Amino acid sequence: MTPKSGDRFSDKIMVETTARQRISRGFGMKKILTSLALLGLVLAGTAAAITGAIAQEEAHNEAQPTHFPIHEPKEMDWSFAGPFGTYDKAQLQRGLKVYKEVCAACHSLKLVAFRTLEDLGYSEAQVKALAAEYTINDGPNDAGDMFDRPGIPSDYFPAPFPNDQAAAAANGGAAPPDMSLLAKARGVERGFPRFVFDIFTQYAQGGPDYIHSLLTGYDEQPPAGMEIPEGTHYNPYFIAGVSLKMPNPLSDDQVTYDDGSPQTVDQYSRDVSAFLMWAAEPHLEARKKTGFRVLVFLLLFGALVYLTKRKVWAGVAH
Amino acid sequence: MSEGHSTYTPKTGIGRWFDARMPLPRLVYDSFVAYPVPRNLNYAWTFGGILALMLTAQMLTGIVLAMHYAADSTLAFDSVEKIMRDVNSGWLLRYMHSNGASFFFVAVYIHIFRGLYYGSYKAPRELLWILGCIIYLLMMATGFMGYVLPWGQMSFWGATVITGFFSAIPLVGEWIQQLLLGGFAVDNPTLNRFFSLHYLLPFMIAGVVVLHIWALHVVGQSNPTGIEVKSKTDTVAFTPYATIKDAFGMLVFLFIFAYFVFYLPNFLGHPDNYVVADPLKTPAHIVPEWYFLPFYAILRAITFNIGPINSKLGGVLAMFGSIAMLFLVPWLDTSKVRSAVYRPWYKLFFWLFVIDAVLLGWLGSQPAEGSYVFMAQMATLFYFAFFLVVLPVLGLIETPRRLPNSITEAVLEKNKGGGGGHPARATAAPETKS
Repeated sequence: MTPKSGDRFSDKIMVETTARQRISRGFGMKKILTSLALLGLVLAGTAAAITGAIAQEEAHNEAQPTHFPIHEPKEMDWSFAGPFGTYDKAQLQRGLKVYKEVCAACHSLKLVAFRTLEDLGYSEAQVKALAAEYTINDGPNDAGDMFDRPGIPSDYFPAPFPNDQAAAAANGGAAPPDMSLLAKARGVERGFPRFVFDIFTQYAQGGPDYIHSLLTGYDEQPPAGMEIPEGTHYNPYFIAGVSLKMPNPLSDDQVTYDDGSPQTVDQYSRDVSAFLMWAAEPHLEARKKTGFRVLVFLLLFGALVYLTKRKVWAGVAH
Repeated sequence: MSEGHSTYTPKTGIGRWFDARMPLPRLVYDSFVAYPVPRNLNYAWTFGGILALMLTAQMLTGIVLAMHYAADSTLAFDSVEKIMRDVNSGWLLRYMHSNGASFFFVAVYIHIFRGLYYGSYKAPRELLWILGCIIYLLMMATGFMGYVLPWGQMSFWGATVITGFFSAIPLVGEWIQQLLLGGFAVDNPTLNRFFSLHYLLPFMIAGVVVLHIWALHVVGQSNPTGIEVKSKTDTVAFTPYATIKDAFGMLVFLFIFAYFVFYLPNFLGHPDNYVVADPLKTPAHIVPEWYFLPFYAILRAITFNIGPINSKLGGVLAMFGSIAMLFLVPWLDTSKVRSAVYRPWYKLFFWLFVIDAVLLGWLGSQPAEGSYVFMAQMATLFYFAFFLVVLPVLGLIETPRRLPNSITEAVLEKNKGGGGGHPARATAAPETKS
């Protein structure tokens, strides 16, 4: 090992090879891409073979489905989808109205505070007035007694039932789920290969799509021969069976809209789904806005670092 | 490359004062500036740095999250929602932390597969490899316990299923399970101890990382050719060469990470974990986090009894065995050539193994019924065959391609262009190896 002569040797190589290096760089890339493509092809082939085998295996019987939901949720256009998505405030206000007048009879929204309703475009005074419509059980006071008082913005939506047991008893044995996180707590599995495409299309609206489809799915009739358990209602979009305890909650013209929007079940369902997405993810707009800035920064900084890297390595064959 | 000769010369008076008393600047200089790295390292070698970055990020976000989190089964779920809604930038911290765990595993899997492809585990790097395996085990424990903390449905039922594995162990199984749970079922004591351990284990990981890097700096990095560094021309200084390349690798990785954090923060999670834990309501399909799915598939693939071993214990043994394989790799591989670049058959089997691991992951996410079970059994068989048959046998029967004499020569050949891996100036014997 003679470092001195070695150094001279390497310097020579460095000078010699830089020009050739540029030509050959494309070659390595091509190789990587071909192997990646091959890998993808093999994977896709295997998966297709398996899904084919499984589909064949399942005896097709409409009256006794084995996988739920029977129909996949319909994919809707949401204002909050995509990298620049924002909530449509008018829609959220309509959704809140649907929640208050329909859903709130059975479903709580206990993680949402009145103060956050300013996000929907309400003024501070409007939020105060809205909170005051509710009666909040508070206490104990100095005398040790619980008492009722009008709601204030820092309160949360009160639940329609005093506890889960009361909710279950009043609803045929199952408590209606809290709605604060419903839009993130429901989602039908997308399956291969769709979940791969979802990364690129940024599909993250499985929750609102599910809620909308469920609410508009009560009209469909069960196939002949299907047994619907007593006290439940057929809905092919329900995630956990052929039917659910909740009856169809919406009908046309049930809630009065004052902005001229159509008073249809479909519109109500869209609006309440959007509202529930906001309730589950109130900082969605800030998240996407920050994300864009972060990605632009990383892109620019990454480009600069890449150019620096090129410069640093320019004289070194590697 | 253990030169052992420090080239650090402090330039200032303060520098000399420190150097005579506690030569920390010298250690940093020797480890991260002058440290020689092979000149031919590709981007697969940037994942060590990426992993260090992810560990740091997880610890920083985790420490802040712990300030707002309440480890009590009645408060945990709501305290996480409080972070998401009311804590300043709480949503960002929490999404960074939950997605950070996933991307930590993405990076560690690439890092492990890189080691397997280029034979980085071969002598004298066996201990380096084993320390890495220990880090991976600790990561799995940390990831699993972290997933329990939000106290959602998948947290609860995942914990129930995974701690249930231990009850399959004869004699002491029940005792271990109860020790883990702090009772007979997943409950508040479980959450408390998992939180405590989830905070402790990352510091243990950091400790083993120090050992991992120490071992690395003794034996030096391997490289795509698998040929040891022979002369100074084979290496470049860590700074600026490796530093700038690592920095670029990190930024590309961070870009993909940020894309998920900001646009698809729940893509890698499960909707059921936004439902508060309910011991009376079992979810339709209990699935662990994606990074455990291949092992979950192996666990469920053993549906039959083997002699005195029932299927439950068999599944648990297969699952732990699949991880234990990694520890044995340095001795299972009999090949004298390190890198898959010069091992055509190993290269093929390596990629088949990658496909098998991905397939197992997908099977782990599917219900264990119908043809999925058979598929998982075949994939499990291949998984073990890769380690127990392919690695030992291939090394004995495979004819490796001609190895270049040195890294410098390999670099020269590559840059001639067109030649690819077939060097024109064939003078070296095929047996010339590390």
